[in-house]
Amino acid sequence: MIFLKKRRIVLDFEQHPRLKEFKFSFSKILRNPLSFIGLSLIFLFLMIALFTPLIAVPEKPEEPFRIPHEGYSVVPKPPSPGHPFGTTTKQYDIFYGVIWGTRTAFRIGFMVVGSILVIGLVVGSISGYFGGIIDEIIMRITDIFMALPLLILAMAIVTALGRSLDNIMKSLIIVGWPIYARTIRGSILTIREEDFVRAAQAQGAGTLRVIFKHVLPNAIYPVLILASLDIGAMVLTAAALSFLGLGAQEGYADWGQMVSLARNYIVGPQGQPFLYWYVVTIPGLFILFFVLGWNLLGDALRDIFDPRLRRK
Amino acid sequence: MNFLNYIIRRLLLLIVVLIGVTLIIFALLSLFTPEQRASAFIRDIKQLEHIDSIIKTYGLDRPIFVQYFNWLREIFKGNFGWSTTVSRPAIEAFKNFLPNTVELALFSAPFIILGGIWLGSVSAVHHDKPIDHFTRFLSIVGWSLPTFWFGLVLLMVFYGYFRGLFPPEILGYKAQVFVESGEFVRYTRINTIDALLNGRFWIFVDAIRHLVLPVITLTTIQIALVMRIMRSSMLESLGKGYVLTARAKGAAPRTVIRRHARRNALIPVITVSGWLFAQLMGGVVITETIFNRKGLGWWWAKAATQLDIPAVLMAVLFNGALFVVINLIVDLLYAYIDPRVRLR
Repeated sequence: MIFLKKRRIVLDFEQHPRLKEFKFSFSKILRNPLSFIGLSLIFLFLMIALFTPLIAVPEKPEEPFRIPHEGYSVVPKPPSPGHPFGTTTKQYDIFYGVIWGTRTAFRIGFMVVGSILVIGLVVGSISGYFGGIIDEIIMRITDIFMALPLLILAMAIVTALGRSLDNIMKSLIIVGWPIYARTIRGSILTIREEDFVRAAQAQGAGTLRVIFKHVLPNAIYPVLILASLDIGAMVLTAAALSFLGLGAQEGYADWGQMVSLARNYIVGPQGQPFLYWYVVTIPGLFILFFVLGWNLLGDALRDIFDPRLRRK
Repeated sequence: MNFLNYIIRRLLLLIVVLIGVTLIIFALLSLFTPEQRASAFIRDIKQLEHIDSIIKTYGLDRPIFVQYFNWLREIFKGNFGWSTTVSRPAIEAFKNFLPNTVELALFSAPFIILGGIWLGSVSAVHHDKPIDHFTRFLSIVGWSLPTFWFGLVLLMVFYGYFRGLFPPEILGYKAQVFVESGEFVRYTRINTIDALLNGRFWIFVDAIRHLVLPVITLTTIQIALVMRIMRSSMLESLGKGYVLTARAKGAAPRTVIRRHARRNALIPVITVSGWLFAQLMGGVVITETIFNRKGLGWWWAKAATQLDIPAVLMAVLFNGALFVVINLIVDLLYAYIDPRVRLR
């Protein structure tokens, strides 16, 4: 009986205030046309990522991220029955590349933003909850990071570590965490002074319990919005770095690199300027829609969680 | 007097930031070999032969802090090292590339800022109406565009299809030759301005044609930033008591929006505009690379991928200084515009 009662409370959206708020937010997301489009785009890409091996069957299952290519002819070939999106320079199949590239994009987005989120949460919580000299030092470090040219710095880090997709992710984590730490700290500072935190402390709750149970769940929304927007932004930056030739070796399923491969075939020969339109357009559209999905969702979340606009 | 104190304090902060940013770079430098680091101290290509003696003189095989102070000493003497990517002293390369970046920033910023303010207030006035959703959707699409891809598509259309209507690079061949000849006085080294000062209108037109695509690229992508801030600040301002008062007194809706709501909503836009301008001046890496505009971003992108350390250090110093100075200007503007800030 007790067990059942407990279960009921957990699932009861009407009674538990946090779940009630969550349900309210979710219904707002579905009602807003922009966030609905965003959510649908993300869902579509998730499906592609989930069923990748079925959509584009790898020739070599042990190395699925290598795009298959027939021959080494540099001139791209237009869409044909075997190659629905055509082939890019050196005959890499564009369809296979963009489909497997979806997994690469999710890996970049989740790995980078996930790591940044964890680092930001830890550093920001320490800074915001304890304050004093630790806070001062951490905040000055984030000040300095905000004054750095992040893209140039990320490029230099990748070059120094060696050109690869993993190093692109590492460099983005190195330059990305300070903003999260700052945001978390800011919202913790306001929540730390709230009555319910005081009440928990007065009842003798330990530091960790106060942070994890009372402060963080209420401080996390601004960071989640930032994270949603940043999955798009990080995939964009990673694609730009790949495009500049800092990414994986040639032929790896990565959208940025596929645009880069198309670089010499932007303008067709005399009289047929759009002859090779597919080599640059298709991978670019995949990047655009992926990033757009996350940005639409993040932008809507920002409005939904804005306390000044929330219950209007 | 208080005011002067404030500025002095902020300028002292500049020094702290610059020390911080250079320390971070030096921490990264410790990953390299002494030979690679030596290039940060070379003034002339001929010195490359004496690389061992340079390593000795500057203590590049010694601990990183010793090196840091040696490097600082050289900076105060005005030696910023030799940039291997452009085979020139870094400071000379900087002076050479800066005008092109400034030109692009000067032409893009007005479109981004004014366009963003306009779109943002339209969107806020029609809150949650189709027009609001539409403008927001468009600006988010722009924000989601991969710069490098959008630039390439623009080139495909306006350079490929329209037969070189808006070409890449900075000037056409004929104009470039003329600009470098003795007849053309380079007052500012910014081509459009110099062309007007010299009264050479065809060079001005040529420079503008080369500016169109980069400006379109930057505006399309960055406008969302200003628009978003303007929209939320306008929404807030429309809900304020003074707007209600103005409406109750019977002021025309246009007047209420323009004189009461928008004026006050503009304040937060200043911050984001300052940030935006710092970004534009600090070298727009991808845009300059795609359109082959030889500005700071183009140089630094090349430098970062070739580990041209003096150039990267230059990028870091310049961006750090720019960030602090622009933040200071933004704060002073706030104090000037908003009496609440001044009185505090």
